[in-house]
Amino acid sequence: MELGFSAIFRRDLLLAFRHRAEIANPVIFFLIVVTLVPLGLTPEASRLAEIAPGILWVMALLASLLSVEGMFQSDYRDGTLEQMIILPQPLYLMVLAKILVHWLVTGLPLTLLAPVLGMMLSLPEAGYLPLVFSLLMGTAVLSLVGAIGAALTVALKKGGLLLSLIVMPLYMPALIFGASTVQRAVDGFSVDGPLAVLGALLAFSLLVSPFATAGALRVSMHG
Amino acid sequence: MSQLFSWKWFHRLGSPRWFYQTSGKWLPWLSMLATGLLLVGLCWGLAFAPQDAKQGNSFRIIYIHVPASFLALAGYYVMAIAGAIGLIWKMKLADMVMKSAAPIGAVLTFVALVTGAIWGKPTWGTYWVWDARITSMLVLLFLYLGVIALQYSYSSQDAASKASAVLSLVGMVNIPIIYKSVDWWYTLHQPATIKFTEAPSMHPDMFQPLLVMILGFYCFYAVALILNTRVEVLCRERRTRWVQELVASKCT
Amino acid sequence: MFQFENIQEFIQMGGHGPYVWSAYLISLSVMIWLVVSPLRRKRKLLRDINRQQQREIAQQGTNSSSNLST
Repeated sequence: MELGFSAIFRRDLLLAFRHRAEIANPVIFFLIVVTLVPLGLTPEASRLAEIAPGILWVMALLASLLSVEGMFQSDYRDGTLEQMIILPQPLYLMVLAKILVHWLVTGLPLTLLAPVLGMMLSLPEAGYLPLVFSLLMGTAVLSLVGAIGAALTVALKKGGLLLSLIVMPLYMPALIFGASTVQRAVDGFSVDGPLAVLGALLAFSLLVSPFATAGALRVSMHG
Repeated sequence: MSQLFSWKWFHRLGSPRWFYQTSGKWLPWLSMLATGLLLVGLCWGLAFAPQDAKQGNSFRIIYIHVPASFLALAGYYVMAIAGAIGLIWKMKLADMVMKSAAPIGAVLTFVALVTGAIWGKPTWGTYWVWDARITSMLVLLFLYLGVIALQYSYSSQDAASKASAVLSLVGMVNIPIIYKSVDWWYTLHQPATIKFTEAPSMHPDMFQPLLVMILGFYCFYAVALILNTRVEVLCRERRTRWVQELVASKCT
Repeated sequence: MFQFENIQEFIQMGGHGPYVWSAYLISLSVMIWLVVSPLRRKRKLLRDINRQQQREIAQQGTNSSSNLST
């Protein structure tokens, strides 16, 4: 049973490191769009600080959305996905392994980069730790939810735009609680509440999303 | 195994035809009921209900806004439950109902949003505010659009039904979470200048026409759903003998 | 009881007329479309199926006649 999980996990991680450029893409995207904000709005530190929590979260969400499309795509093209579905292993665990790898190579780097970008947007000091914690859990939720959309659209030729339409509404709770965690910390309130809700969202999507993703993959492959 | 197969056969051939014939008998009565209720509610709400003390006559928009919002949300559940039935029991008719329910729900969500925006202008002085309920409605519209877009992007009808059933189920599970988080978000950012307090208890003279309108909208929804599903049945069963005979008897 | 003095006032709705009437008109037209569009699609579909049937009958006719002649 664990064989399928660990085999997929190791294989995907290895593949990800062979294609380092693909890991770098969302991170670079995050960096660039955050750079655009002061150019488009204002270089004034006080005004940037005001919007930094929301901007950082929205941009992290977009970066994550950008990378989610490729989660199953190469496996679909070379036929690995077909093999995975036929294997006498629970698809749930294999899908979970793929999502975990996706989070490790996109969500985690985004989380680690966020404090640096927070500094560039002059995020107040109280916001850094909550930003990291909220993104740590929030990007995992985004990967889990995004996997459902990626699985539903993997067999379609122009799935990209459709994927964002499908996934965006489902992203909203994570965005609301993630961004307000940082905002509350900056405003000097306790962040326990929103962080706890983010944790609950993570637990819930961990439970439900691999099931839905596995079902969606079966639909995509066999109709 | 053989039993399972015979069930599948039963669903594939029996149900849509049965639905088409039964709904054909019901449809005229249901349409009359819907038209009657809507007409009574419309006249009552527009001309005979007393005007609101604070909002004046613009309050009369409530008689379409609230029923449309009700049906928009209820329609999503209808769609998702039909999708689940189609997914679990492989019932073709349920797939057709789901496909038909999606655009109707999207249109009603659109109606709720537009009437809400028009109502907002005289009440709040602006067409759009990021109010919790408006935002939730917008998210609901996106959820509907996702299902519709997915439905039309698969070339195989079977795959399209299954994929959009999975998506609408995921959406149904998420709707309470989204609504709760939008509510929470709104209380966090509630602007002090905009206060829209609905009277906790409406005056019966105002409430009775609303009730009639809500009932009328439910009947209207049923009529629209049945009409759309009937076309879908005919379209997918066009190769079967009963549709061929039906057309032959009608068009001669 | 009719809430307005006359038709003129009913249409004006105390200054809120444009809002109320546009909301009702938009909703009404969209709802009518919801009912009319399946009816139109159905008519078109029936016509299509009927045309196909005619074509098949015609084809069978020519087939059988050609059979006879040989």
